[in-house]
Amino acid sequence: MADILLFIVFPYVAVALAVGGTVYRYLTNQYSFTSLSSQFLESELQFWGSTLWHYGIIPTLLIHMAGFTIPKVMAALHSTPETLYMAELAGKILGLMALVGAGAMIVRRLTFSKIRAVTTPADWVVLFLLFMQVFFGMWIAFGYRWGAVWFLHAATPWVVSLATFQPSVASVTALPLVIKLHFLNGVLLITIFPFGRLVHMVSFPVSYLWRRFQLVIWTRRKVI
Amino acid sequence: MKIRSQVSMVFHLDKCIGCHTCSVACKNIWTDREGAEYMWWNNVETKPGVGFPTQWEDQDKYHGGWELEDKPKDPTLKLKLQNRLQTFTNLFSNPAMPTMDDYYEPWTYNYSDLFNSPLGNDQPTARPISRIDGKPIDIESGPNWDDDLGGSNIYAVNDPLLKDMSAEEKQRLFSIEQLFYFYMPRICNHCLNAACGAACPSGAIYKRAEDGVVLINQDKCRGWRMCVSACPYKKTYYNWSTGKSEKCILCYPRLETGQAPACFHSCVGRIRYLGVLLYDADQIPDALKVPDEQLVERQRQMILDPHDPKVVAAAKESGVPDGVITAAQNSPVYRYVKEWELALPLHPEYRTLPMLFYVPPLLPVLNATQSNGTQRVETDLFSSLESARVPVRYMSRTLSGGNDELVIKSYQKMIAVRIYKRAETVGDVTAEEAAAALAKAGMTAEEAEAIYRLTSLPTYQERFVIPPYSREGDIEEVYDPQQRKAETGFGKRQGPQRGL
Repeated sequence: MADILLFIVFPYVAVALAVGGTVYRYLTNQYSFTSLSSQFLESELQFWGSTLWHYGIIPTLLIHMAGFTIPKVMAALHSTPETLYMAELAGKILGLMALVGAGAMIVRRLTFSKIRAVTTPADWVVLFLLFMQVFFGMWIAFGYRWGAVWFLHAATPWVVSLATFQPSVASVTALPLVIKLHFLNGVLLITIFPFGRLVHMVSFPVSYLWRRFQLVIWTRRKVI
Repeated sequence: MKIRSQVSMVFHLDKCIGCHTCSVACKNIWTDREGAEYMWWNNVETKPGVGFPTQWEDQDKYHGGWELEDKPKDPTLKLKLQNRLQTFTNLFSNPAMPTMDDYYEPWTYNYSDLFNSPLGNDQPTARPISRIDGKPIDIESGPNWDDDLGGSNIYAVNDPLLKDMSAEEKQRLFSIEQLFYFYMPRICNHCLNAACGAACPSGAIYKRAEDGVVLINQDKCRGWRMCVSACPYKKTYYNWSTGKSEKCILCYPRLETGQAPACFHSCVGRIRYLGVLLYDADQIPDALKVPDEQLVERQRQMILDPHDPKVVAAAKESGVPDGVITAAQNSPVYRYVKEWELALPLHPEYRTLPMLFYVPPLLPVLNATQSNGTQRVETDLFSSLESARVPVRYMSRTLSGGNDELVIKSYQKMIAVRIYKRAETVGDVTAEEAAAALAKAGMTAEEAEAIYRLTSLPTYQERFVIPPYSREGDIEEVYDPQQRKAETGFGKRQGPQRGL
């Protein structure tokens, strides 16, 4: 029963909240969509914290996504020992980058009084949950080897079952506690997505790759 | 020909007294808020001096503006900051971002200490406290920190423009009783090729087609801060509280209701002029691909004569309303920039096509060769300029991309106007001398009279020729006002407050 609540009901509620909340926030208060950068107040530690974090976490997130969406390709990629070693190594390096980055960001917010002045309680919640997520992730990576492979047989079936509306907790129930915590913390992060600064993810400026340099806009006029 | 109208500006530096009334008017209206205290959409600098933010003209440090790539056949323009791909790799930490140390830490005073301190032997003081974290600070810099410190060996000597000037020229600028400085008020230049807009990853910065005002859409801005680095004039600012970038809006709500922007309106020296320029937008790409020294002339070519029937017809075809064309014909900016060629753009070599023009300051030139206190008018203009206290090279590096000729031409005209009026009103200069001065500057007596009138005796309506906006028409055409009122109410939905 607890498993159904935690691994079926909770994820559905989380995704519904995340999507609905983000759309609502975008429509009613687009002004609040910003990176909320504090580089202006402190630049040096910001470089290390933010760069390590983002360069670590974005590929990690994309690899997780690939594990959910194209498991067969991922399985093929890990089919020889050499590629498996490489995958494990790359994952650990990326994870450590993210962990150090998140740690640096926490230290920065604790030590610089100017940065503390622009830190809201929501920022602390987001930062703490992100740090814990990477921490659990690294625990799993170092404690339960060959995650690149068993990920496809533990996490993927669960996520796919949720995504296809045939929810099943079969592949999750027997997992060790830390892996479950990693899952649940991830779902929690999805839940709080629209309520803090995480929404800056949806403003990734892809269109800058092709847009014209100069934008000239006329006042809207009636077309007769 | 694609003709657009641009509300442009002229600042007559010869008239600026450096009183900062413009800055205060702007501050009181727009930037007296948390996160914006340090911003000066309008500021007045002492030049030679380091400016605000410190050494903003040092583009090796700040990477602002555009660069012409060195390909003789096909020169291409690129942002000095970064290319499109680097924008993404630098997204998480902007390497060329000026920090608060480059501006100053805003502060207030702990005034309550004056009233609440316990009885004691010493008079209580109000200590300065940071407006960011509320902690006591030692004030080490502030707005106009080097105000009036031209010739200073601590501040003015660090002016980036002095870097490659000869020792003799520097000597002239820094020796006692010879030193020279002037005031330079700066607002956003509302450029035609704005680097801030080009660098914005979110595409939040745009130019209004009607009047050319460059604005940051506050709803679209995502706080990536690339505009702050890319603007070579450092006229976009990052609001550390709301996480959005902000800049001078040329008081567009005032313009739309027929009023001059606050800094223009409040100017005590009446140095500011505002009016429409019609320009050919199709010429922009080519105008930017010429060597530094030709940029000003090329920019002047783009600006079209609003009295030319062909230009008027083309403007109408491009959708410029009749009222705006009439405003362009009466524009004081057109006269200073194009007709008289007195006003020059600030740092055209940044290649943003700035649309704020400066008439160079003249004042100390005339008594440069007369150091005994008497002020005999110098009639040999050319030689007096060359030995003048204001180094032409400093002015040309500021206002004409290094083209001395344009600055000298402007100065010659201004001196000729003075001699002409001197002959007329004081009489210690003969009419022949005046005529010779006019001939040397290549101008007629009528032109000299017109320059004199618009410089010294302009009315409010002559200084500010604001085009009709007909905004009320726009709204009515799109929406029934009653319906609009019911749907959106009045004003913005919420105040500029930091999100969660």
